[in-house]
Formats: sequence, C-alpha cells, structure tokens
Amino acid sequence: MGTETESDWAALMLAVRDRQDRAAFAALFRHFAPRVKGFLMKSGTDAVLAEECAQDVMATLWQKAHLFDASRASVATWVFTIARNRRIDAARKARRPEPEELPWGPEPEPDQAEAFETAQETRRLTEALADLPEKQRALIERAFYGDLSHSEIAAETGLPLGTIKSRIRLALDRLRQRLT
Amino acid sequence: MKTVAIRHHLSDPLLIAYAAGSLPEAFGLVVAAHVSLCDDCRARLGGFEALGGAMVEREAVAEMGEGSLEAVFVRLESLPPAPPPPCRAGIFPAPLADYVGGGLEAVKWRTLGMGVRQAILPTAKGASARLLYIPAGQAVPDHGHRGTEMTLVLQGAFRDEMDRFGPGDVEIATEELEHTPVAEPGADCICLAATDAPLRFTALLPRLLQPLFRI
Repeated sequence: MGTETESDWAALMLAVRDRQDRAAFAALFRHFAPRVKGFLMKSGTDAVLAEECAQDVMATLWQKAHLFDASRASVATWVFTIARNRRIDAARKARRPEPEELPWGPEPEPDQAEAFETAQETRRLTEALADLPEKQRALIERAFYGDLSHSEIAAETGLPLGTIKSRIRLALDRLRQRLT
Repeated sequence: MKTVAIRHHLSDPLLIAYAAGSLPEAFGLVVAAHVSLCDDCRARLGGFEALGGAMVEREAVAEMGEGSLEAVFVRLESLPPAPPPPCRAGIFPAPLADYVGGGLEAVKWRTLGMGVRQAILPTAKGASARLLYIPAGQAVPDHGHRGTEMTLVLQGAFRDEMDRFGPGDVEIATEELEHTPVAEPGADCICLAATDAPLRFTALLPRLLQPLFRI
C-alpha cells in the first residue's frame, strides 16, 4: 500500500466495472474508505454514522461502476462526489438534483493517455492544495466540509484549475462528436 | 441535450457550493438544470469536484471498523442495480423533469393574473423553487430581492435592466438588483426560478397578493 498512483486506482476501478473484480474492489476499499470516513467526520458526522456512510459510499462505488469515466474524473474525484451525495442525504434529508447524464455514457474503452492525464491532474491539484498558504487552504476546506454558504465562498481559490477544466471540456467535446 | 449559445453562466461560488454539497436544494436544482444544458459549466463543475477529490486524497484517514470490508462484500451480494437516471422531458432537463414528474404537460400551474402562472416545486427548506410562465410581451411586476434569486430560461426569452436572457441563460440577482423582467415577443417565456428569501415587490397590489401566492 501507499505506492499506488491515481492511474493505478483508475485501472482497479475499470477492473471492478468490467469484471466485478473483488480483489480490485478490496484494494480501493482499503485506500478510500478510511479517507471517506475521515472526510465525513471533518464535515461534522459522528464516528458511527461516518463508518456506516463510508461503507455505503463504497457499495455505491461498486453499484455505479458502469458510470465511471476515467477521462472525465479521477477515482478520488468520483469517490468524493458519491461521499458528498451521501452526506447530503444523511445530514439534511434533502434530495440532490444531479445534472443530466450524457446520453452516450462513459466511453467503453477510455483512452489510456487521457485517463492517465486526468489522474495526474488530480495529483497535481492535491500537491497544489498542500502548498497553499494555511489561511487560504483552510477557507477551501471549510467550503468543502460544508461550513460556508455560497455567499461566503470566495470566487478565487488560488489553485491552478484552468488545465483540468479545459481537459474536461475537451473530453465533453470529443464525446459529443462521437455521436455525430 | 443539445447545446445552445448560452451567454449567462453560473458563478464560481455557486458552482463551488454545489460541488461541495452545501447549496440549498432549490438552488441545486437550478445549477443541475443549467449544467445539463451547458458544457462550459459542466467542465467548470468538474474542475471544482476534482478539488473535492484532492481533498479526499489528502484527508487524514479514520480507521474503518473491524470486518467492514467483509460487511460490504456481503451487501454487494444483494445490492439492487442502480436505478436508471432520470430522462429529460421536452424543454425540461432531466433533473427538472424528475421534480415535475414529467414534461410541460405535467406541471400544475396556478394563475397569478395577467396570464402569468407559477408552479412551486417541492424542495427542502432554505430556498424555494418554482416554474414561471410569462406570456410573450408580458412583464413580471417590478421587484427587488432580500437574498439571492436565480432564474434559468427554458423557453422564450426575457429582458430586464441588466440584459437579455434566452434559453439556457441563468440570471443571478442579489439584493442590489431591482428589476422588471419583460418576456420578449414571440414564444411565451418559461423559467425555473429559485430564491432564498421572499421577493420584494415595489407596487402595492402584488405585495398584497404575495402571502396568497407564496411568491
């Protein structure tokens, strides 16, 4: 453990998606479940509920594996979105309106280089987040732990998000072209 | 859903709050509906969600309970398949069609007078969402806002003191804006609007009607 990179996670995720690979799932569980639990506890969930939710999140990861698109999101990002939705469900008893699924779904054979780049972007972002001045990072963390309202959130994160956004934009364009 | 030339987009703070999961449900519905129509905002949202992914990646681990992996393996055996995602219905993007329970024909309108109609959608406390139907050429009474108001155009177009808003455009109005939206001639204008405070009408009559219609 500890030597895997984001692109290895993507490969494990595809093994779960395509072959219901239980060993791959176990590896993902060991890495992500404790982080999800930590994330939920920082967001104000007590340890018992956080444990239960982290298990739910990992079960959903398995259940929705067919929707995972390695060219548009890293595994960490995808885990985050599932954990976030679970938190909304648990904390507020509110529904989560989700954007329309793109009608063609994820690519069956994601471009390896694409998936690798997307994974790398998340790694770079993680490093950039670590390098931010403490005060600035604390603000972003408070926003993601749900402690700030939209009117309290600053528009400027101080993070290099431009490349990752344009990469996703290109992936969307490519998907749309595939239809025409 | 086909892309249209969208000129008015979501703000970064709204997208970040939606990515973080802290936006009130009614605002979340407008964000989800706009993102369904706008690849630019979908990509920006993807960027902010990647930030959430980075946070999970650097998160301090909290040990899982003993036997938790085995417990999840047991659950996987009896897991139902994921429900199919909602579909769009006519001019309603999927998330909105899901709240309405179908397309335009499924909306239960209430008349507000002058041909203007509204339908309040069920959302959690904190903000309210409604569909608005404004006949072509008709004005919505002059009003200001105490909080934030988001308006997404689904059909037709309206103009106000700020600009013109066509299909897919979203106007984000705050306390400072006092405006009189007027539907353009041509197609009747249908919008999805959400507010986190009651609107403040400048004219007396709509103000008297306000408690009655919950606008």
